[in-house]
Amino acid sequence: MLENYFPVLIFILVGLAFGCVPIVLGRLAGPHRPDAEKLSPYECGFEPFEDARIKFDVRYYLIAILFILFDLEIAFLFPWATILKEIAATEGLRLFGFFEMMVFLGILLIGYIWVWKKGALEWE
Amino acid sequence: MDGLLQPVVDLFGPTWPLVWTLVKIVAIIAPLMICIAYLTLAERKVIGYMQVRIGPNRVGPLGLLQPIADGVKLLLKEVIVPSGASKGLFIIGPILAFAPVLAAWAVVPFSDGMVLANVDAGLLFLLAITSLEVYGVIVSGWASNSKYPFVGAMRAAAQMVSYEISMGFALVCVLMISASLNLSDIVMQQGQGRFADMGLGFLSWNWLPLFPMFIVFMVSGIAETNRAPFDVVEGESEIVAGHMVEYSGMAFALFFLGEYAAMWLVSALTSILFLGGWLSPVSFLPDGFHWLFIKVAAILFLFLWARATFPRFRYDHIMRLGWKVFIPITLTWVIVVAVWMLSPLSIWK
Repeated sequence: MLENYFPVLIFILVGLAFGCVPIVLGRLAGPHRPDAEKLSPYECGFEPFEDARIKFDVRYYLIAILFILFDLEIAFLFPWATILKEIAATEGLRLFGFFEMMVFLGILLIGYIWVWKKGALEWE
Repeated sequence: MDGLLQPVVDLFGPTWPLVWTLVKIVAIIAPLMICIAYLTLAERKVIGYMQVRIGPNRVGPLGLLQPIADGVKLLLKEVIVPSGASKGLFIIGPILAFAPVLAAWAVVPFSDGMVLANVDAGLLFLLAITSLEVYGVIVSGWASNSKYPFVGAMRAAAQMVSYEISMGFALVCVLMISASLNLSDIVMQQGQGRFADMGLGFLSWNWLPLFPMFIVFMVSGIAETNRAPFDVVEGESEIVAGHMVEYSGMAFALFFLGEYAAMWLVSALTSILFLGGWLSPVSFLPDGFHWLFIKVAAILFLFLWARATFPRFRYDHIMRLGWKVFIPITLTWVIVVAVWMLSPLSIWK
């Protein structure tokens, strides 16, 4: 069972190696002539005005939080979706299995509507 | 075949499974790299013809050596690491953007039994590993310590995670029907049904009962890969090239390869989840890898077509489409499919 995942692990390592090799090759094959102008941050030809670690819009932060909530919700939906066929085939479990998830989705929906009403999804 | 390989197996002894796996991985990656390289040429050609130009035609016959020339050019360019950058993260960024897209191919089935790792949690693995891509964007944007990359990375990350939600809900719909996370099973399941028995397999594939999900998944796929018309991330007129501004040479090439590898991956996933993978559309033609390739190529053509056709979306429109249109649609369809499956009208007994 678990040995099925062994090639996946190897593939991830190979993938990482494939990412590293071009950079090393580029470093070896390309020229290396740094100077102050070339190494300064790109700002359309200006001297950089200030540090780039600037304040950013709080909405990005909000999106990240909402994403975690929704993505978790999807992760919880996965096992239910996988056995839905079995639930449908089992007499007596059918309605319970369905409404159990509907309550769960309902809670998500209330949160979603609240977030929408609060204007967290607005971008102007 | 087995007799032929026996001396080699003996030579490697207990390390043989590892060696054999590596051989298979190379057999996947090498053609994939060629596909990625020629997708860049195909894109320039297709868009060229759509704009009544002929596209690249100087390097080699019909410009067919263009991707190789591009690769060599990037290889011979200096890899610049800006003075203000966080050096380690700056190098790790492109690797993180490229490696996950490559690793995702471990579970993609190319034909019946033709898959490197036939794992039961294939879909879960895909969802997890493609989520890692966003780290590449964030890390490179932050490590560059420059304003354009920073703003670009913020935009890209928010856009990618937003569309991942609708993609996730679409996956849940597919899961309900196939009752398995194994990608080969998902394809095989699409070969069953009333229309498949009549010899019209393509009407039994998931795209028909899950049509809204099919569309949402494809559009989300374009947005996930930051392709036009969702390419505000690298909107030249506003933020130059987003998180890639400070990158040059092979470090930039990795982002480029990653983007095209992601296009192939999303197209392959759409084909496997919704268009029956390697299954033949009609029963009198044999199934096989060629069908998967044809479907993937058709979807990639749609990607390029969309780029040539649509003007770039405004950022607030992108976020509105993701959060206020796709999530309600997908959420509703999850419930619709659940009710459909539990009702006597279910077509997936």
